[in-house]
Amino acid sequence: MTQSSLLGQITDYANRADPYPIYAELRKTPVLHEEEGGAYVIGSYYDILHLLHDPRISSDAANLAAAGDDELTGPDSTGLPPSFIRLDPPEHDRLRRIANSSFGPPHCPRRIDSMRGELSRIVTELIDGLGDAREIDLVDQFAYPFPVTVICRLLGVPREDEPRFRTWVDPLVASLDPDTRRSADTEFQKAAQDARMQLGMYLAGLVEQRTKEPQDDMLSDLATSQGADGTLSMMEVLSTAVLLLIAGHETTVNLITNGMLTLLRNPEILQRLREDPGLSVRIVEELLRFEPPVQLVPQRTCIADIELRGTTIPKGSRIWLVLASGNRDPERFTDPDRFDPDRPDIEHLGFGSGIHSCFGAPLARLETQIALAELARRLDSPRLLQDPPPYRQNAVLRGPRHLPLAIGGVRP
Amino acid sequence: MPGEDSLERLRREGRIVIVGASLAGLRAAETLRAEGFGGSLTLIGDEPYEPYDRPPLSKAVLLGKASADHTELPRLRAVDATWRLGVAASGLDMAGRRVRLADGGEVPYDRLLIATGVRARPWPKEAEAQLDGVFVLRTRDDAVKLERRMKIGPRRVFVIGAGFTGSEIASACRDQGIEVTVAERADAPLVGALGGVVGAVAADMQRENGVDLRTGVMVTGLEGDSTGRVRAAHLSDGSVVETDVVVVSLGATRNTEWLAGSGLGAGPRGIACDAGCRAFDFRGIVTDDVYAAGDVARSPNPLFGYQFLSLEHWGNAVAQAEVAAHNMISAGADRRPHMWVPAFWSSQFGVNIKSVGVPSMGDEIMITQGSLAERRFTGVYGYQGRVIAAVSFDNTRWLEFYQRLIETGAPFPPEFETVDRRPEGRQPVPADFPDPSLPTHGPTVTLSGYSPGDRQLVFTPAHP
Ligand SMILES: Cc1cc2nc3c(=O)[nH]c(=O)nc-3n(C[C@H](O)[C@H](O)[C@H](O)COP(=O)(O)OP(=O)(O)OC[C@H]3O[C@@H](n4cnc5c(N)ncnc54)[C@H](O)[C@@H]3O)c2cc1C
Ligand code: HEM
Repeated sequence: MTQSSLLGQITDYANRADPYPIYAELRKTPVLHEEEGGAYVIGSYYDILHLLHDPRISSDAANLAAAGDDELTGPDSTGLPPSFIRLDPPEHDRLRRIANSSFGPPHCPRRIDSMRGELSRIVTELIDGLGDAREIDLVDQFAYPFPVTVICRLLGVPREDEPRFRTWVDPLVASLDPDTRRSADTEFQKAAQDARMQLGMYLAGLVEQRTKEPQDDMLSDLATSQGADGTLSMMEVLSTAVLLLIAGHETTVNLITNGMLTLLRNPEILQRLREDPGLSVRIVEELLRFEPPVQLVPQRTCIADIELRGTTIPKGSRIWLVLASGNRDPERFTDPDRFDPDRPDIEHLGFGSGIHSCFGAPLARLETQIALAELARRLDSPRLLQDPPPYRQNAVLRGPRHLPLAIGGVRP
Repeated sequence: MPGEDSLERLRREGRIVIVGASLAGLRAAETLRAEGFGGSLTLIGDEPYEPYDRPPLSKAVLLGKASADHTELPRLRAVDATWRLGVAASGLDMAGRRVRLADGGEVPYDRLLIATGVRARPWPKEAEAQLDGVFVLRTRDDAVKLERRMKIGPRRVFVIGAGFTGSEIASACRDQGIEVTVAERADAPLVGALGGVVGAVAADMQRENGVDLRTGVMVTGLEGDSTGRVRAAHLSDGSVVETDVVVVSLGATRNTEWLAGSGLGAGPRGIACDAGCRAFDFRGIVTDDVYAAGDVARSPNPLFGYQFLSLEHWGNAVAQAEVAAHNMISAGADRRPHMWVPAFWSSQFGVNIKSVGVPSMGDEIMITQGSLAERRFTGVYGYQGRVIAAVSFDNTRWLEFYQRLIETGAPFPPEFETVDRRPEGRQPVPADFPDPSLPTHGPTVTLSGYSPGDRQLVFTPAHP
């Protein structure tokens, strides 16, 4: 792939800080196919929305493997059977239903809301922990530790094990980044492999224990679920738990970081949030449109020829759905490049759509609302030290690697 | 142009009257204000209540999860209207542009919207219909009475008619452990709406949930005891079912009697109007000041052979009301057609059923995703080589795709592969509607375009 190709520009690190002009370019060619055997790239809002609801499109890992790896998706490296994000119905639906029966309505309507107090406490502890520093890195000191702690509490990892747990999660998450994977030396790979093993064994032990003595947490529910859909095997429990861990990690980190970055670039909105924490609901929705942590969904293939805007996408092709481009499509959103939480309808694609739409959305929303409202309230005169900040390599899960801030202090 | 002047005047100080203060009426009023109508607005409704929502009446309300007097429709904006509630419109003077009221009053209008909906068809034998314990379910009052009776714990509820409402009532009964018998003239529930293939699934679902389902039978009579309470239902197969609550669920009658003699093209099948919601007079000439929307309206749908469709669908009422309101205060070129693809949902026995298009026009069905046996599937209906409708059981997230197939006149049977295709879904089978009243198909009309902004009707003449 040449760097001048649009596809190349999307993945090119040089464009990470501001990929939006490239997306605008992309939307001029509704079905972009630049290279024999390469992906078909879709960037218009309505096309993406339609394809996310199109039963001729598969998320199945096996179909994807048949289409060949590309630079954004490699083989699944968790060593577990595919989790439901990489499965089609009926397996997808069954696993997602079982997982949902211990996560959301109708079976478990209070799980997320009952975590509100817990989330606030974690946020408070992390902000308290900033101490007297006048310069902080929002990523390492706040955005990164927050979601993993939340997932631990959700799954039911005992407090005393959390530090150990995190030493396994960090290399695992790092190893999923395609760039890290490409450049990784054997030592790093071995470390990641070890972490995976340890995490797997630890979780398996925990599942066994929770099967015997269930508690009020998700791991217990997953391990003992017994509805119309049957039970989950140990491997299925593990791959579901690891999916929740991974899918909810970098994404939430980036949403919080992108959020703070965007607010600091729009100080009048930051000020409004300070005065009215309730505004965080609209801010988070607009952020999911304006700076979505999942920029594109690269793991789709089509299992039939698809005719789209006069182009035939042949059966077996892989398709990239560039959510972040759809979110800036002027055909759908007026003045799309403006950050405007007061938009009347923010029906963004940030959580995807259709049967694979984000499972953890209610949790991610709540986490980010609380985080941003508290950061706005407690950080005294925060200022960006570097704009744009340094970004992660990853073009799919895009976000700053660090967000260095100067602060006047931390309010109580 | 004088036309434009008078339109401006209408928008500024005209008088708009809406008869029927329910879903369509309210949404039309809101749209009028949203589009800048500054004149006077009067809503006339014969029910004494502010607009409320009906779908919950057979679902959450009967399940005891919502109260019948708390299903008010959310207000999307202030309508600043004169509300004449609890009084029926009793006549229409088209020449004098006035609505007559049952209390003797009259309300003049410049534009009139008729949204009087439908009412439940009562049990035809009047004396039997009067028995204590015999109910219908259309209004909030109906729901309050029925719910109250269900709370006292009847020994058995007897439902006449297994359409959507009847089936939902049966579902609510079973949910609360109440014994229920359902009698249906066809061979399965929902057959009229969805055909025999899907009806068979609904029948299994009812029986598995403990409903005493009697199909292929007619109810010949209801029997009361000496105190005037219903005690049994007699069936055409000679059987007698003892019961203390009967719910008559035999469909609906259009509320058009008040228009008799007015000269409007209104009758038992509803009020005929054009795609822009303007009502026809009885000569078939379209009026320009009387509009109709919601359950009471019948309008031609280009996507379905220009058939006049009357739809008792919530979503249709909203969409049609919005179009009617817009057109009432717009000049010719700015008017919009009501190009609604029918969509309907129901929830019963824990399953979400949704359909798009007009299934009853279909002669074949193909299960393109999932499985009938698992009661989780999507079925596509075909008519003369085109996709005409789709239905899903617990599979709603795919329906939007099938809606596009309907809109674009996609070929049936669909040739392509889909995720979750089972062996049973490789071949279409007869959809098995009891009494096909198929329209003749002339030219093909499809919708094109990718975004709502560039949607257009495309007309393809029929091949000789
Ligand atoms: C129990 C039940 C469950 C339903 N479930 C679903 C569902 O799951 N999905 C779905 O899509 N749809 C459902 N529907 C249908 C949906 O509720 C209707 O499509 C919708 O209410 C139509 O709105 P409308 O305003 O056109 O008519 P209506 O709601 O019928 O309103 C008409 C109003 O006009 C009044 N009126 C009549 N005559 C006069 C007169 N002469 N003068 C003054 N006022 C008059 C009536 O009393 C009524 O208040 C259900 C309906 C019922 C009854
Ligand atoms: C801001 C944070 C988040 C964003 C932007 C986000 C975004 C997304 C997107 C775009 C998808 C669709 C993927 C696809 O179509 O293939 C998805 C799926 C998913 N997400 Fe999230 N996510 C976030 C947080 C979370 C959290 C906190 C969790 C877990 C608790 C989670 C769990 C999942 C799961 C399990 C799936 C797969 C769903 C399926 O395949 O049915 N996500 N997410």
